[in-house]
Amino acid sequence: MDYVWLVPFFPLIGFLLNGLLRNSLSKPLVAVIGSGVILASFIVSVALFMQVKAGTTATVTLFDFMSWGDVHIPFAFQVDQLSSLFLLIITGIGFLIHLYSTVYMKDESSLHYARYFAYLNLFVFSMLLLVLGANYVIMFIGWEGVGLCSYLLIGYWFKNIEYSNAAKKAFIMNRIGDLGFLLAVWWLLSKTGTTTFTEVFAKADTLSGHNLTIITLFLFVGATGKSAQIPLYTWLPDAMAGPTPVSALIHAATMVTAGIYMIARSNILFTLAPYTSSVILVIGTATALLAATIALKQNDIKKVLAYSTVSQLGYMFIGLGAGAYTGAVFHVMTHAFFKALLFLGAGSVIHAMHHEQDIRHMGGLSKKLPVTHLTFLIGCLAIAGIPPLSGFFSKDEILAAAYGKGMIWYVLGVIGALMTAFYMFRLYAMTFRGHFRGTHEQEHHLHESPAAMTIPLVLLAILSAVGGFLGVPAVFKENAHWLEHFLSPVFEKSTALQVTHDMSHQTELMLMGVVTALVIGIIVWAWSKFSKYEKTNEESTGIGKLLENKWYVDELYEAVVTKPVNALGKLFGKADKYGIDAVVNGLGRSVQYASRQVRLLQSGQVGSYVLLMVIGMILLFVIQVFLKK
Amino acid sequence: MVPVLLILIPLLTGLGLFWVKSDSAARTLAFMASLASLCIMLAALTVWDSPKYLAYDHVWLGILNSRFHFALDGMSKLLCLLTVFCFPLIIYSTWNNKYPDSNRFHALLMLSQAGLLGVFLSMDALLFYFFWELALIPLYFLCSRWGGEKRIQVTIKFFLYTFLGSLFMLIGMIMLYNKAGGSFAYADFLKLKMAPGEEFGIFLMLMLAFAIKMPLFPFHTWQPDTYETAPTGVTMVLSAIMAKMGVFGLLRWLAPVVPSATYQYGDNIATLAVIGMLYASFIAIQQNDLKRLVAYSSIAHIGLMILAVFAPSYGGIQGVMIQMFSHGINILGMWVVINAIENKFGTRKISDLGGIAQQSPSLTLFTVIIVLANIAMPLTNAFVGEFMMFNGVLGSAATKFGVAYTVAGGLTIILGAVYSLRMVQNVFYGPTNQLTAKATDISLNVQVVLAIIVVGILLMGIYPKPMLALTEDLSHLILNRMNLK
Repeated sequence: MDYVWLVPFFPLIGFLLNGLLRNSLSKPLVAVIGSGVILASFIVSVALFMQVKAGTTATVTLFDFMSWGDVHIPFAFQVDQLSSLFLLIITGIGFLIHLYSTVYMKDESSLHYARYFAYLNLFVFSMLLLVLGANYVIMFIGWEGVGLCSYLLIGYWFKNIEYSNAAKKAFIMNRIGDLGFLLAVWWLLSKTGTTTFTEVFAKADTLSGHNLTIITLFLFVGATGKSAQIPLYTWLPDAMAGPTPVSALIHAATMVTAGIYMIARSNILFTLAPYTSSVILVIGTATALLAATIALKQNDIKKVLAYSTVSQLGYMFIGLGAGAYTGAVFHVMTHAFFKALLFLGAGSVIHAMHHEQDIRHMGGLSKKLPVTHLTFLIGCLAIAGIPPLSGFFSKDEILAAAYGKGMIWYVLGVIGALMTAFYMFRLYAMTFRGHFRGTHEQEHHLHESPAAMTIPLVLLAILSAVGGFLGVPAVFKENAHWLEHFLSPVFEKSTALQVTHDMSHQTELMLMGVVTALVIGIIVWAWSKFSKYEKTNEESTGIGKLLENKWYVDELYEAVVTKPVNALGKLFGKADKYGIDAVVNGLGRSVQYASRQVRLLQSGQVGSYVLLMVIGMILLFVIQVFLKK
Repeated sequence: MVPVLLILIPLLTGLGLFWVKSDSAARTLAFMASLASLCIMLAALTVWDSPKYLAYDHVWLGILNSRFHFALDGMSKLLCLLTVFCFPLIIYSTWNNKYPDSNRFHALLMLSQAGLLGVFLSMDALLFYFFWELALIPLYFLCSRWGGEKRIQVTIKFFLYTFLGSLFMLIGMIMLYNKAGGSFAYADFLKLKMAPGEEFGIFLMLMLAFAIKMPLFPFHTWQPDTYETAPTGVTMVLSAIMAKMGVFGLLRWLAPVVPSATYQYGDNIATLAVIGMLYASFIAIQQNDLKRLVAYSSIAHIGLMILAVFAPSYGGIQGVMIQMFSHGINILGMWVVINAIENKFGTRKISDLGGIAQQSPSLTLFTVIIVLANIAMPLTNAFVGEFMMFNGVLGSAATKFGVAYTVAGGLTIILGAVYSLRMVQNVFYGPTNQLTAKATDISLNVQVVLAIIVVGILLMGIYPKPMLALTEDLSHLILNRMNLK
């Protein structure tokens, strides 16, 4: 498995070529390099995955990155079940999105086209480092790297100050999380003297409960930043300022799942820290519900999907908090399929509508965009959890785990799932059903997207439809959960420590049936209600207004954080000038006489003064030499 | 041999340049001399890397038992390399700046280089003091003759402030001289074993000098004014190299020489350092002048180094040394960018700029990388140092407050991103205005300098091991002297 370095190496080469030669490469060449390197990575990832599936895992050390005293931090990659699975998701979906981008971004000038692909390749490179790293430091390199690429891509159209504000916000919110990550790593280093996963996990049970709680809480702070959980989620909806394929790849399928990957990777630490797990369960549930409520009233096609992503990430954290690590990873995977599909579908709609993103101005697109429509519908059904599409299985597994933690978590989870069905089919119906509400100009130009865009849609739709069969629960068929079996070595230690509260198969089937029936009911309702949508000028009031304005969380942060920080900056600036510096000047004035004397020395002959000094030094030396004789 | 060459080349060039009448010849000569120093330093790191070449010891003032003793240990190698690496870049990047009496300007610049190298090489306290002043005085003239608005006022403050510090240092050194039985030799200082009470006076004197030079909050108010007023070439010397003299002083002449006092009063200084980090970061958020923004960010960065010295640990001290080098080249990069912007647009006010990225893509690219290094992005040089310093502070056996320092100081990681990105956004992104619409990309010399800096940033960030190896000895010495593991 020594060749694992090839996986991140290809995208790095792509980044360097497209980045450095962006002035001279033609657009087709940029597209071939940009997508080709990801395809190459994917092929290598498949080979690695096959080897892992056959039972080999390995840690490959490239070189010694940092070491001091007894601490060694090698630049090393860990290839095991968890990382090889993520490699497939990242490079596989990554490739489809690169392919899609070659057409979606074709109106950009060749310089910016190359810049786009360079950033996208750099992102994949960072994401691969994050997943492959064999210790927390290498993981952190990727962790910050993806944050940086996200910043660069959100602000890709940098002339627009709104966009670059969104980019800045994303970076800073991620940085808040990153500080948590770093504090966890420093704490871990001071207690165990290592950051290497295998060594840390081997020592996990020697750490005190107090230390474990602190370390895991700090790690979770890191995860809330990257994976957009309360209180650090507000950057993700704003991140939709970036090109739509970027939203699909970074802000839905891969980067935002980094927090889930990190916690799944560190599962034993979290299993040993029950307090932290409860915190994760609460935050995950709260995020899933809060984001879902906001999604109910959004009118920007990408904003709906963005809040839906935040909400689905919340589900993954519910899984992690409930100890269902496999379930969380399963949902990462299925979500990557259907959310990438939905975003790319949205991109196809936006492309056809000439950059219109407001669903109030759409409607009736199903006839003009047949492929987009059908694949989008599959995506909606999958995320709503209609059996046997993929979302059903993964969400069900998480809800079952939540049930194990208490009825309340299950009920809250189901409420979230019902809201998901509602806002997704509101989105679907307002976009594709009813009649067209846009301008004649737009209607005239409506067209299905070219093959390079629809092929990824079709492939992702197939994956969204059948991906769930990798994790068929025992209630349908014993031992059919391939994913659980595959990942079991990674979660072995945690599984051994967990007490499982399996519900009876009858209860499980009954609950599944009830939830599915409710979801179908909601879908029918939303479908029929919003197919008849007409533009109105009525302003929402009460709770509707609250939701449209996203619970005013951005305004709250502005008032509680941004303004005070700026005010503090101004205050300290004044204190510096009129406080500290004034004291210094006061003291200075009392020795003004001395200063006048010093000033006299500067009367003209600049060189002579220095010369005198040096001559003095040499004279002293010469005198000394003579004295010695 | 190497130390003597390193000091003599800039010293003699500097003296000679006063008599060179042609400005362009003076500039070229200074550049050649600075390149020669760089070559010698590179040789010292490779082919001449043996004690035979790296030390020089000759009697200087026999009456005072003071010697011309120079040596290159790991830390001096790092800092001398920083000095000789920066000077050619400083001269080359300001090649098109118009200075009246350019010959004298470059002469003084060379003299300050000699002084700085002497500071890093001296193994004799009196010699150290001598070079400490030699480095300062040319810069004083440079600021007062070629500075901007209010230069006399600002320079006098700068001079008096730092000169006052130097006097304290001289007193401290004389106290040490007496304790060491009439010797200025560094080796003799390291043999001293004093009670904490005895050390206190010396600690206070030396600390004052270094605190002003670095500068440590609340002794910093000379610095933003001076950085702002000084000609940019001089600001580069002040911040990239001279600010390191103070930190260097802590590691060479304070911590190992008066270890008990350093241990005992460490928490006081560390607290000031943390306050300074936060204080300066907050102020940086609100600065409109690019030079002042970088000046305050520099106070925050140096504050972290001070913190890591006074909440010491093996890796943390190594981190300080690595960071001295990294911070030097990163801040130099920032100044090069600011100088290019000022030369092009005639202003350093953030509010007057905007949208530069559209006309100057390569300047934008370089700036973004340098800014990322400044905020310690992984795989850039500053990440290594900051990671090791914070990690060291959190795990330091010398203080009970390691965690508190790390959490509070860690906030600057976020604040740093806030002021840096705000600057990038308002200067480079967004729409252009009347001023920036007619911009062209940067000149070749600036591109070359920035490219060299960026390559350095990435090389050190990806493979820091060779540099880390240079910092082991001294870190070991300090921890031993302080009786820490």
